[in-house]
Amino acid sequence: MARIEVPMPQMGESIAEGTVSKWLKQVGDTVERDEPILEISTDKVDAEIPAPSSGTLVEIAVSEGATVEVGTVVAYIDSEGGAPATNGRPAAEAAAAEGGATPGAEAPATEVAEGGVAVATRPAETTREASVPESRPAEPPSVGDATGPASAEERLRTRSTPVVRRIAEEHGIDIASVHGTGHAGRVTKQDILGFIESGAVPAPTPGQAAAAPAPAERPAAPAPSPREAAKAPAAATAPAAASAVPSDLWKRFYGEVQHPEFPVREADRVEAMDKIRRLTAEHMVVAKRIAPHVHSFIEIDFTAIDRIRNANKGKWAEQGTKVSYTAFVAWGTSRVLREFPMVNSTVSGNNVIYRGNVNLGMAVDLNPGLIVPVIKDADDLSLVGIARKLGDLADRARSRQLLPDEIQGATFSITNPGVLGTMVGMPIIPKGTSAILGTGAIEKRVVVVEDPETGEDAIAVRKRALFSMGYDHRIVDGADAARFLARLKEVLDDFPEDA
Amino acid sequence: MRRASWRGSRRSWTTSPRTRSDGRHPADRATGPVTPPGVEERRLGAARALEVRRLGTVGYADGLALQESLVRRRREGSAPDTLLLLEHPHVITLGTGSHPEHVLADAAERARLGIELYETGRGGDVTYHGPGQLVGYPILDLKPDRTDLHRYLRDLEEALIVAASALGVRAARVSGLTGVWTPTGKLAAIGVRVSSGWITSHGFALNVHTDLRYFASIVPCGIRDRDVTSLERELGRRVTLAEAQEAVVEAFSQVFGVGVM
Repeated sequence: MARIEVPMPQMGESIAEGTVSKWLKQVGDTVERDEPILEISTDKVDAEIPAPSSGTLVEIAVSEGATVEVGTVVAYIDSEGGAPATNGRPAAEAAAAEGGATPGAEAPATEVAEGGVAVATRPAETTREASVPESRPAEPPSVGDATGPASAEERLRTRSTPVVRRIAEEHGIDIASVHGTGHAGRVTKQDILGFIESGAVPAPTPGQAAAAPAPAERPAAPAPSPREAAKAPAAATAPAAASAVPSDLWKRFYGEVQHPEFPVREADRVEAMDKIRRLTAEHMVVAKRIAPHVHSFIEIDFTAIDRIRNANKGKWAEQGTKVSYTAFVAWGTSRVLREFPMVNSTVSGNNVIYRGNVNLGMAVDLNPGLIVPVIKDADDLSLVGIARKLGDLADRARSRQLLPDEIQGATFSITNPGVLGTMVGMPIIPKGTSAILGTGAIEKRVVVVEDPETGEDAIAVRKRALFSMGYDHRIVDGADAARFLARLKEVLDDFPEDA
Repeated sequence: MRRASWRGSRRSWTTSPRTRSDGRHPADRATGPVTPPGVEERRLGAARALEVRRLGTVGYADGLALQESLVRRRREGSAPDTLLLLEHPHVITLGTGSHPEHVLADAAERARLGIELYETGRGGDVTYHGPGQLVGYPILDLKPDRTDLHRYLRDLEEALIVAASALGVRAARVSGLTGVWTPTGKLAAIGVRVSSGWITSHGFALNVHTDLRYFASIVPCGIRDRDVTSLERELGRRVTLAEAQEAVVEAFSQVFGVGVM
């Protein structure tokens, strides 16, 4: 006989006693390990006390309302399942349980955890795992199987992953009603998503929970409605099963970004963020939170680019095109990106997606606001091609005529804080990419140059700019970034005439 | 050599500011054998995190359902420690230790005032929630090192006292009366539930700019000879819920030694 004592637990160093406020189980009831069997209350706290073991509640030693010292036995559980309360359990199963009452048979019983109670880390764990396949519906339940109202089949189906249970809960789906294609009929994520898509989800009915015949397991429950409560005598609010969380509350709960709020002072003005601002704000927080940002800097010499630009200005003007410095940078970047796949990638779960295209997101200042149109397959375009595309996208960005497709799919971004004179910036990497280039102001600087022929140093005036690159340090190493920037410098410093 | 000494100084710097109010340090149990280089960072990273969810106005029943769901997930390990911050519409709730006679407003009166009535599974007596009151529901797993209910209640009080102090209100504990008090009356009520596995739910209700007249419909927490108060009443100026909310978040991270996400 394994008669297990349930003591009044020690709920705190300075707590010497506790009051039994409610028995959730009665003598004869089958209890599962970790299942709440009674509630106790101490000052301002109510606590559910879980069963220390599975079995049958055979004696209640302290009645409701009584206060006893910590350690006092409040109940006894017969871990072998006493005769009185088999609850119509199939005789075969009871016999199996009986026959299995060998030392160690208790441990597998911890797996009853139908609602997903954390699995106990016991040595018997492996035994438990091994016993699972035996519990296939067609076979008699294995020794250690749960006792309780659910059939073995139902248990297997409901013993799905937390993800599946979460989805089921958020959509108000009873997992047992979903056809499971997983191991031993378990419901997989695909199964439940398919179930939802099929439109088979019943509309949640508010009264459903209250009408359920199940005993009120969760005392923390609302009254039916204030009006109904008003009809009844004061405070006659019988506990009922919990209602579902409305989906809009989940949405608020899961809102990726919650911006802290601040007090408003008298002279202040409060305005709601418009859509672009709201999306930008959320995007920035998420991007910065997820990717570990590192920034590296390099100085680019624009002398060669300047020469090419001045030499071709007239020709390009005749073609109706203006080739900005940014176009040169975009051209060079798109070529270098081909050589550095990790800079043109994104971390996705435990994988890295190396992008097959080079799509450059080009930040355009809308003042106020900012939008990032994308030059698709920039590495296929000539310098003039990129310049044309850039001009077109920027114009339409400012007149708000971009198509949704034109602001999606960037694999790398370029932002130009230098256009307003800023020396250098430390841009945030847009989510879904692994790097962003920031171009600082192009200024004439006094620099020391070496005469390539004589090898003599000389002071010269050169157009130069600081470039910064922000990169996701999960996938781009510092040396990768350094090599990328060095290569970019090589291409831009000595810009090819035939680009 | 320089490298080694740098690591040493870093270690002492990282632990000192996180000392708890009770002198214990959340990472104390992690100290032991000399840690290899690089472990400090990991230990810091593993220090407790608390997700704060600012939900705005939430119906009482919806709030209960959300808590139950999160308690379940916390137990399964599929949700982190979470602090729900919200506001309820007018509602009177009865704790498990409630005396129905402490609800003074009868059904007709409650209907007139638009106050709902709920029986709920937290500890404590009757209380009122309504607009202007910051309600906080910490869903925390107190295992393995915080399994002391009194300590938890005192920590909740401490956090609220720190938050009130940050806003300029001196509040304190009153021995034997759980909650946060000023000489005028009760500033914050506390009522907690612990579900199997030491997962907390319910929590506290801090009066920010609550219309205190609504408390006349009950005997708050069954205490007849003490008044209720609010941050607004104490300060003689408007205090927004947002202001109180951020003070509470900050205080929580201090008192519970958690990194707030």
